[in-house]
Amino acid sequence: MSHPFHSTLRELVLDAAAQGRTLRPHGSGSKDFLAQQLAGAPLDMRGAQGVIAYEPSELYITAHGGTRVADIEALLAGRQQMLAFEPPLFGPGVTLGGMVASGLSGPRRMAAGSLRDFVLGVTVMDGQGRVLHFGGQVMKNVAGFDVSRLIAGSFGTLGLILDVTLKVLPLPQAEQTRVLELDDATALLRMREWGAQPLPISATCWHGGRLHVRLSGAQVALDAAAPLIGGEAVDAVEAAALWRSVRNHTHAFFDGDAPLWRVALPPTAPHLALDGDTLTEWNGLQRWLRSDTDADALRHVVGAMGGHATLFRGGRTVDRALGVFEPLKPEVMAVSQRLKHAFDPSGVFSPGRLYPEL
Amino acid sequence: MSASPQAHANTANSHSTAAAPTVVSRAALIAELARVLPADCLITDTGRLRAYECDGLMLMREMPLAVALPTTEAQVVAVLRTCHRLGVPVVPRGAGTGLSGGATPHKNGLVLSTARMNRIVSVDRLAQQAVVQPGVRNLAVSEAAAPHGLYYAPDPSSQIACSIGGNVAENSGGVHCLKYGLTVHNVLRVRMVTMAGDVMEVGSAAPDSPGYDLLAVTIGSEGLLGVITEVTVKLVPRPRVARCVLAAFDDVRRAGQAVADIIAAGIIPAGLEMMDQATTVAVEAFVHAGYPLDAAAILLCEADGTAEEVEDEIARVRALLDAAGTTEIRVSDGEAERLRFWAGRKAAFPAAGRISPDYYCMDGTIPRRKLADMLEAMNAMSDKYGLRCLNVFHAGDGNLHPLILFDSNDPDSLHRAEAFGVEILELSVALGGTITGEHGVGLEKINQMCVQFAPGELDMFHRVKAAFDPAGLMNPGKAVPTLHRCAEMGGMHVHHGELPHPDLPRF
Repeated sequence: MSHPFHSTLRELVLDAAAQGRTLRPHGSGSKDFLAQQLAGAPLDMRGAQGVIAYEPSELYITAHGGTRVADIEALLAGRQQMLAFEPPLFGPGVTLGGMVASGLSGPRRMAAGSLRDFVLGVTVMDGQGRVLHFGGQVMKNVAGFDVSRLIAGSFGTLGLILDVTLKVLPLPQAEQTRVLELDDATALLRMREWGAQPLPISATCWHGGRLHVRLSGAQVALDAAAPLIGGEAVDAVEAAALWRSVRNHTHAFFDGDAPLWRVALPPTAPHLALDGDTLTEWNGLQRWLRSDTDADALRHVVGAMGGHATLFRGGRTVDRALGVFEPLKPEVMAVSQRLKHAFDPSGVFSPGRLYPEL
Repeated sequence: MSASPQAHANTANSHSTAAAPTVVSRAALIAELARVLPADCLITDTGRLRAYECDGLMLMREMPLAVALPTTEAQVVAVLRTCHRLGVPVVPRGAGTGLSGGATPHKNGLVLSTARMNRIVSVDRLAQQAVVQPGVRNLAVSEAAAPHGLYYAPDPSSQIACSIGGNVAENSGGVHCLKYGLTVHNVLRVRMVTMAGDVMEVGSAAPDSPGYDLLAVTIGSEGLLGVITEVTVKLVPRPRVARCVLAAFDDVRRAGQAVADIIAAGIIPAGLEMMDQATTVAVEAFVHAGYPLDAAAILLCEADGTAEEVEDEIARVRALLDAAGTTEIRVSDGEAERLRFWAGRKAAFPAAGRISPDYYCMDGTIPRRKLADMLEAMNAMSDKYGLRCLNVFHAGDGNLHPLILFDSNDPDSLHRAEAFGVEILELSVALGGTITGEHGVGLEKINQMCVQFAPGELDMFHRVKAAFDPAGLMNPGKAVPTLHRCAEMGGMHVHHGELPHPDLPRF
């Protein structure tokens, strides 16, 4: 859907391309910390806001990139629907475009899927100022390469995200959180065993010897699953606050100045024998680590397990030269560079945000 | 900033004006391939090549120069390096069950079949993952996972025969993808070889990977980006119980409304399928599922989960179907009856084959709320073209599979069938949908790509392909039309009623 703001953007992009300048698209700026570098003239994408189409019975919503995610979630909640990947909101003003650009998912990710799984379509402006539509508003669509999902998580380096269509899902009929006292290694084993069974687990979080497990679904399913999980039921208000704090990084674990690493691991990866405090989510597949550990050593350990590590918040002590994001294999980097060039031939958009080479 | 500037220069203008004409003779190619492949992995005689002249789209046939059947990734690398050096196009092929001509041979090219790379490398219950080679059949993955109480969710109708490599290339769906997703939601990692012979891995056994999501763009890439050599799939726990509701309607509009009502009520059934009366009658004669033959449409709605969940969901679905005006409801009692309900739906294609010399299966997707409009429009088209049409829908996700019945021995009938199909696809786009929900574009729907996409978007698809395959030799001429072809076709893409790029030169 076109918007008057798009012609302004087009002029800015064409001018920048012609004059060899760079632009850094941003929304509320809540994820500016997550960058190898922030370069380019800031380009506020909030010039186009608002929902374009919402069809509850079709399970999709389309909105301009500058729309606040909080507004979208409120609209969906009014129709008993949700963004099932529970995007982290690191501030009140997080925009749809910024959310998709970062590609981050929250506590429900292992049960529902990741952000990119819910992207049905995007409209982007490429580095030549062209407005391009990919995907659409239907669930099944295999015409052309899946560019919409390629844009998710590209941190604004491929193009400007003008509008996005997301699949939405019904809110669960009921939820219940249970808490168990378990050490790290036992919690990992327990989550793995649960994962192989048809249980309505929608989120897990282990920290400081306590494993919280959230169940979502029909009340009858929760009642049947609760004794299998064990532990004790957590008060609903307290539980909602806990999951919100994990999702939005307002949990006390995320306070302080120590570097925060995000480690993504295969399901059977063992306990990480590293110094520092850990908060484990996603049945053990996403682990947050507060640690001054040597980056190369960490990446070596994690890489050997088949995972990767992101220096999510650098604190004050860590050298960005080590790479905020896990370095890419040469053959993957070569394709990535050619993709970057395909979308942004003059290198206008957020140079170096992910890697110096992109 | 770019690793390969000349590659971009290539794409900007020539696009994949498909592969350059081959400069080597067939004999020279075969001689070179014989140096890197064992004799039993290379097919060159005309009789055996004939088995590869088409895939499931039998309307389009071409004889390849040769067929390579590598058994190892090292052989795939060697074959691709050889073809890359010689400038010979390569057409990757899985089980050959695809319906859009994605594996139709190139007349100057090699067909590279991954059928013999068919080993299940590992099934890990606690990781809920399996690692398989591309030639493993879809159903074989679920069979291998079954002892662990797990299965691989995407279940295309061809799952007995189709292979995982082909599923990845086409982003295959199935009757359960409403709840469990498409291939893109169930494949975690792909190992592949690019046309230049580089091995690369996209995705990982972890929940995500650093950098761009190359896995997303690889899935559904129709063999244009690389040859898949290994796949890690997600396995999901088999639900404890599944039950199917069969509901009859005396009006397709009411049936379509019932579909929308179920979704709007917050229910995501494991499957939600619709068949029109012509289909019901045709399949009933074939499988004797006991369908009500006087119904204008029937819905199949499956609930799965724990016994309690299924009971709960079926009660809610029943209430909605009653309110929508169903004339008859049956709920499967036991696994045998559930499978009988599905048997007819899964037999729609063979049933069409029984009552007509040929049938042409379309694959448009439309917004669910337009189902009844679409069905009525197709009835009118059926009269217009004088051809019968059986309608089976993945109603839950708006994916239509009209089966147009025709006789290929009658050229006029064939011509009318093709025109009928084109009209369905173009109406799908006009209704806000897409020309293909799960079968792919291949050769079949390449002209309709010009209807769905504007020149800038097609140009970007060519650029994406060139990022993986700068030489333009991997399955050239498929999936993405050249701008030249679209101009010749005369079709002008119109998006949401507005010309998308008034600034672009028109031709």
